[in-house]
Amino acid sequence: MLGKTAGGIYWMFRLLERNENTARLVEAGFRIALTRSQSPVSEWKSVIKTAGVETYYEIKYGTYDATNVIDFLLRDTSNPSSVMSTIENARTNARMVRTALTTEVWEAVNESWMTLKTLLNRPIQETELPTILGTIRRNCALVRGSMYGTMLRNEIFDFAALGIALERADNTARIINVKYHTFIPSTDFFGSSLDDIHWETILRSVSGYRSFGWANDNEMSASSIAEYLILDPRFPRSLKFCYTTLIQNLDNLSQNCTAGENCQIKANAVFTHLENNSIKSIFKYGLHPFMKDFIKETNELGSQIELDYQFYH
Amino acid sequence: MDIENSFFDEMYTKDGQVRAPYILYNQWLANQDSAKLIKKSREAEAFFRRIGITFNVYGKEMSKERLIPFDLIPRIIANTEWTHLARGIEQRVRAINAFLLDIYGSQEILKAGHIPTELIHQNDAFLGQMIGMKPPGDVFTHIVGTDIVRTGENEFFVLEDNVRTPSGVSYMLENRETMLNMFPELFSQNKVQPVNNYPKMLKESLVSCAPKSCSEKPTIAILTPGIHNSAYFEHSFLADQMGVELVESQDLRVINGHVAMRTTRGYKNIDVLYRRVDDEYLDPLNFRPESMLGIPGIFDVYRAGNITITNAPGTGIADDKAIYSYMPDIIKFYTGETALLQNVKTWRCSEPRALQYVLENLSKLVVKEVHGSGGYGMLVGPAASKKELSAFTSKLKRNPKNYIAQPTLALSTVPIFTKKQLAPRHVDLRPFALVSPKKIKVTPGGLTRVALKAGSLVVNSSQGGGTKDTWVLGE
Repeated sequence: MLGKTAGGIYWMFRLLERNENTARLVEAGFRIALTRSQSPVSEWKSVIKTAGVETYYEIKYGTYDATNVIDFLLRDTSNPSSVMSTIENARTNARMVRTALTTEVWEAVNESWMTLKTLLNRPIQETELPTILGTIRRNCALVRGSMYGTMLRNEIFDFAALGIALERADNTARIINVKYHTFIPSTDFFGSSLDDIHWETILRSVSGYRSFGWANDNEMSASSIAEYLILDPRFPRSLKFCYTTLIQNLDNLSQNCTAGENCQIKANAVFTHLENNSIKSIFKYGLHPFMKDFIKETNELGSQIELDYQFYH
Repeated sequence: MDIENSFFDEMYTKDGQVRAPYILYNQWLANQDSAKLIKKSREAEAFFRRIGITFNVYGKEMSKERLIPFDLIPRIIANTEWTHLARGIEQRVRAINAFLLDIYGSQEILKAGHIPTELIHQNDAFLGQMIGMKPPGDVFTHIVGTDIVRTGENEFFVLEDNVRTPSGVSYMLENRETMLNMFPELFSQNKVQPVNNYPKMLKESLVSCAPKSCSEKPTIAILTPGIHNSAYFEHSFLADQMGVELVESQDLRVINGHVAMRTTRGYKNIDVLYRRVDDEYLDPLNFRPESMLGIPGIFDVYRAGNITITNAPGTGIADDKAIYSYMPDIIKFYTGETALLQNVKTWRCSEPRALQYVLENLSKLVVKEVHGSGGYGMLVGPAASKKELSAFTSKLKRNPKNYIAQPTLALSTVPIFTKKQLAPRHVDLRPFALVSPKKIKVTPGGLTRVALKAGSLVVNSSQGGGTKDTWVLGE
C-alpha cells in the first residue's frame, strides 16, 4: 500500500482515539468538579495538562474554570487536540485514504463528523454536557466497531491498530505522569477521601473504574492502581496491553518485508523493559522518571513507524 | 404542469400529452403520494451526504463542502434516440483521435488546408513536447465526456468535446444507485440499460492501453491533485471501484526510467496513470517549473514508452473552442463521413466579420472564452444586464481572439420535482465514451445536468445546477 495511505490510516485512528480520550478527560474532570466541595481549579489544570495542551490554553485564557476548559477541549479548533479538531482531521484523513476503508468505516466516520459538527456548533450548557460527552464516546465506538467488524485483516488494519495502540499508550502514560504525586504513598493522606477521589478520576479517565474493581477485588491502593494501569496484561488501556498490540501488528507488517525492523526492535525493547519491572521496582526507580522515559520512548517509536513505512516523502 | 411553449419538453408535448419514453414512468408517478416523494427526496440528500458525494467550489471557503442537488425525476431517452447519439459520439471520438495522431504527427490536415496552421501552432493548447509522440495503442483520449444539448424532437447538438479530464461519471453511477435504492419497482417496470459496469470497462480500457513493455498485469493508479480538488470525490470513487491506488504527485518519483509510487514496502512501478490533473501540472521539468503538483521527469518516462498517461498530454488542442468550429471538417477528413451529430453555429471572434456580427448581436448570443470551462467567464447575452453587455463589449474588442460566440440555444427541458408540482427545467447531457486501441464504448446514458432555477440555461454545478439519473431504454 502507499506510504501516504498507511500514514492516513494510522493518523485517522490515532486522532479518533485522541478524540475519545479528550472527551473522557472532560468527563472525569466534570465529575470531580461536581463531587468535590473545594475549588476544582487544580483539577481542571491537570486535565489540560494531561491533554498536553497547556501552552495553547494559557495563551488563550489566564485562568482555569470549567466553562473555558470545556469549551477549549471540546469545541475550540485552535486547540489541535479538541474533539472538534480531532474529528475534523480524522475525517480529512479518512477522505484521503477512502479507497482503503470499507463503506461501513467511511460512513461511520463521516456520520460522526456530521453529528459532532452539529452538536458542537454552539457553546455548551452544563445541563447538556453529559449527553454530549455520551454522543462523542458512542460515535468513536461506532467507528472502531465498524473497523473491527468489517476491515480485512491486512496491513491496512495493522496500521489502524498501531495508531490506536500508540495513542492509547501515550494517553495512559500521560495521565499517570500528570497525577504521579497522588500515587506516592503518603502517611498523611493514605486512604483519605481525597485520595479516593483522585484515584477514581484516574480510573474513570481510562474507562477503567469498573474493570479495576473486578480485577482487584475493589482494593484501591496507589500501587494496585498503578500496577493495573502499567502492567496488567488484561486491561485494554494498560501500557503492557498497548505494547502487546503494537508488537503484534508490527510483526504482521514485517512478514515478508524488512522495512519495519527498526520499530520492531524499539517496541520489543520497551515491552521487555515493562516485563522486567514490577510495580515495586518502578516505584523504587521513581514513577515520574519511569513515565517520562516511557513517554519519550513511545514518541520515538511513533516517529520510527512513520520513517520505516515511508508515510512522508 | 406549466409548459413553456418556446422550449422542447422531453416528457410532455405542447398539448400536455406524455411522450413515448415516459409513458410507463408517468403512470407510476400518477400513483405516488407527493408527501412520500418529498420524504424520498430528503432521504436522497441525506444519503449523498453520508457517503460524502460532495464537491468543493473554487473561491469558496475550503471547508465548505456542497452537495450537487439530485432531482428524483429521471431523464429518459428512447432507444432509437440513443442509438443515433451513441453512433454520433463514437464517430466524433474516432475522428478526434485520428486528428490528434495527425496533428502531433505529419499534420496532413494542415497541409490539406482544412484548418489554418496558425490556429494550431499559436494555440496554447497545442503541446510542442508531444510532436512526434505516438501513445501506446495510438489512443490519445481514453476517456471522453461529450456535452450534448437537445433543442427539438430530433435535434441534438454537440456543445463541447471534453477530451482532457472530463468529470461527472461518479454522479452518473451514484445517481443510478440512489434511484435503485429508492424506487426499485421502477426498474422492474422499465427496461433501463445498466451503467454500473463503467468502472470495470474503464479498467479494461486502461489495461488495453498499457505500454507494450509492461508485464501481463499492468499496475494502474489515479493521480489526483488532492482532497481539496473539486472532483476529489470522483477520483477516490473511481480508484475504489477499480481497486487501484489513488496517488498524489508527492507519492510519485521517477526511478530508473519508471514512474514509481512510494509504498510501505518501497517504490513500486506504475504502468498506466489515469491522471486527473491538467497537462501543465504534470511535469515541472518539462512544463511549469513553479508547479508543486507535478512529477519531475514523468514526461521523459512517457516519451521512452515506459508509462501510459491517460488522457494523453496535449489532447486539449482537440476540444479547444476555436477548433470546435472545424469539427465537421475534421470528421469528414478522417472518417470520410458526414458528421452524424450537429455542431452549434460558432462565430470565431478572431475573424473581423464574425467579431462585428457578435458585437452587433451580443444580447442574443452566448460568448465563451476559448480556453474556459465550468461556466466561468462566459456571457449569456439574453440574461445579461446592459452594464454586463457593455463590459463584455470592451473585453471582446480588447482581445477578440480569446472568444467565440454561439447562438443562445433553446435547450430542452425535463420536469424537476418541486414541493408544489413538476416544473420544467433546462438540461444538457454528458455521455461518457471509453477508447481502447480496437474499440470505442459509449456507456448508455451519462450525466444529465439540470439548471434548477426557472428559466436558467446554465447547468454547471459550480453555478447552481443539479443532476438527474439518465435512463436509456432497452429495445
